[in-house]
Amino acid sequence: MLELKEVHTYYGNIHALKGISLRVEKGEIVTLIGSNGAGKSTTLRTIQGINRPRSGTVLLEGTALETLPPHEIARRGVAQSPEGRLIFPRMTVLENLEMGAYTRKDKTGIKDDLERVFTLFPRLKERIGQKGGTLSGGEQQMLAMARALMARPRILLLDEPSMGLSPILVELIFDTIVTINKEGTTILLVEQNALMALSIANRGYVIQTGEIILTDTAPNLKNNEMVRKSYLGIE
Amino acid sequence: MNKGLRLALNILIAVGVIYAILLIGPVASFDIPIIAGEIAKNPLQLVQYLIIGVANGAIFALIALGYTLVYGIIELINFAHGDVFMVGVFASLTVLSLTGTLNTTNPVHIILGLVLALILAIVICAVLNAAVERLAYRRLRNAPRLAPLISAIGMSFIIENIGLIWAGQSWLVPSFGTSGGAAQKNFPDLLGTMFTSLNLNQNLFTSSGIHLRITITGLIVIVLAGVFMLGLRFFIQSTTLGKAMRATAQNRDAAKMMGIDIDTVITATFLIGGGLAGAAGLMAGLYNNTAWWFMGFRAGLFAFTAAVLGGIGNIEGAMAGGFLIGIIASFSDGYLDARWTEGWVFAILVLILMFRPTGLFGEQVGEKA
Ligand SMILES: Nc1ncnc2c1ncn2[C@@H]1O[C@H](COP(=O)(O)OP(=O)(O)OP(=O)(O)O)[C@@H](O)[C@H]1O
Ligand SMILES: [Mg+2]
Repeated sequence: MLELKEVHTYYGNIHALKGISLRVEKGEIVTLIGSNGAGKSTTLRTIQGINRPRSGTVLLEGTALETLPPHEIARRGVAQSPEGRLIFPRMTVLENLEMGAYTRKDKTGIKDDLERVFTLFPRLKERIGQKGGTLSGGEQQMLAMARALMARPRILLLDEPSMGLSPILVELIFDTIVTINKEGTTILLVEQNALMALSIANRGYVIQTGEIILTDTAPNLKNNEMVRKSYLGIE
Repeated sequence: MNKGLRLALNILIAVGVIYAILLIGPVASFDIPIIAGEIAKNPLQLVQYLIIGVANGAIFALIALGYTLVYGIIELINFAHGDVFMVGVFASLTVLSLTGTLNTTNPVHIILGLVLALILAIVICAVLNAAVERLAYRRLRNAPRLAPLISAIGMSFIIENIGLIWAGQSWLVPSFGTSGGAAQKNFPDLLGTMFTSLNLNQNLFTSSGIHLRITITGLIVIVLAGVFMLGLRFFIQSTTLGKAMRATAQNRDAAKMMGIDIDTVITATFLIGGGLAGAAGLMAGLYNNTAWWFMGFRAGLFAFTAAVLGGIGNIEGAMAGGFLIGIIASFSDGYLDARWTEGWVFAILVLILMFRPTGLFGEQVGEKA
């Protein structure tokens, strides 16, 4: 469904992605793990068109995305819950969710999806009229994910959805990811919490300083010596 | 505060310090006992100045919205905006001239002429403002901050010179009435004319001896400006494009991720800002009865100060700031000396930028995301 081939992305002179190749098949949860500054967020931003690859290609069901403007990429079914959440601080929870559905025209479908995200995150329903910027960190994280879901994306990119959340909320978020996936959304999941990510993912990639150094099924990665040492903190 | 505003601030402070030295004159003229005596002697005069201030303030508010909307979206101070307003005045006068509205007393003719002038002034200024963005700002969007600022000042000069040439075309903007010299054109008070020809009193209230006169023109300007402001508020709050504008202003990357076409939003912002300046142009012409090529500088300074006063980027703030500056300017004109009014407004601008750059109403809430 989604395929990156030899993608190189730069920030000025900083060579952030040094030839990333990866693929996500329809219906999968694929996780991208790596330490700080490895290039995980840059990979997601490059897929979304916020950053431009200097070379290489990004294919969504065969269509090249790297030359399209970001709003066209969103229109083709790529949505993300970005690093730092990036919710609209002076818009209400409801308005934030409406913006998530910006590319859609099907009023009844949007209404159904609103109900759906409120079922997934009842907390957001309680806060429907509150300004996004006044939500707690965890609530903002839920909102960012719910907002991405409102696009009813073909592929959902999640950048550290468990960041800064209490253990119970982490549990909830991961359960939600599995639920969303079962309902038919393909997911590319970036996580610091590699153990959790690998426990729900089908496959995984390990990224280090802009390069993919390892890829395997999630169970195999979980048992991989190097992964256990470097990313799971298990000797 | 971000880099763009800081850069503009530093330039303005440098100019402002020079200006502050020049302000010793008006400060000396600020003689409180004399002013207090004048107010006590003739309190109705105060009301008169207040009304003039509110009417002009409504016009400044419309222009200030253009600064604030654009700044909110792309963090650029559109220095050409005041000149777009000037084009609005000339466009209105030209439409009124070409439709024969300047030389008629037929109320229907006047109304139709004014409505057409309003529509065309809005359209012309909207398109002009969007064209300025396309031509002078868009390709500099990722350039260092100073580049679009310089480009904006360049556009300002270009439009002022267009105004200068325009003012010289007597078939477009005829010298009308007695005071219409070569540089400064008279813009007749058509609403007053219309009311007089209907055998109605164009003065809603007059009292002789003491100067209080409330004119129909002033009232219509205030009401019309209010309608535009409410319309804008509704648009920003409730329409899809308005929401996309707010989203873009609050987080551009997130807006892109939502599928919002940033270029469309920016163009829409310039169209709206320009349109409001065009409407303000007709109103200012009718109310103040002059048109000249350099009037955009003064209006732009006042409106920009209003926008900064209200917290640049803050829509309600720009409206409030507009009225406040209008009233301050009117009091300065009336009680001090009209020649120093620009100096006072500039002093306010510099003081606000130095001591309270987020505006009178403070930081907008909810920035922690
Ligand atoms: N805007 C930027 N300007 C310059 N360099 C950047 C920028 N954003 C990221 N980088 C650099 O690119 C590299 C990859 O960053 P990226 O944010 O993709 O890492 P990450 O894997 O998401 O890390 P983390 O786990 O800390 O979020 C880092 O070396 C970072 O310093
Ligand atoms: Mg990251």
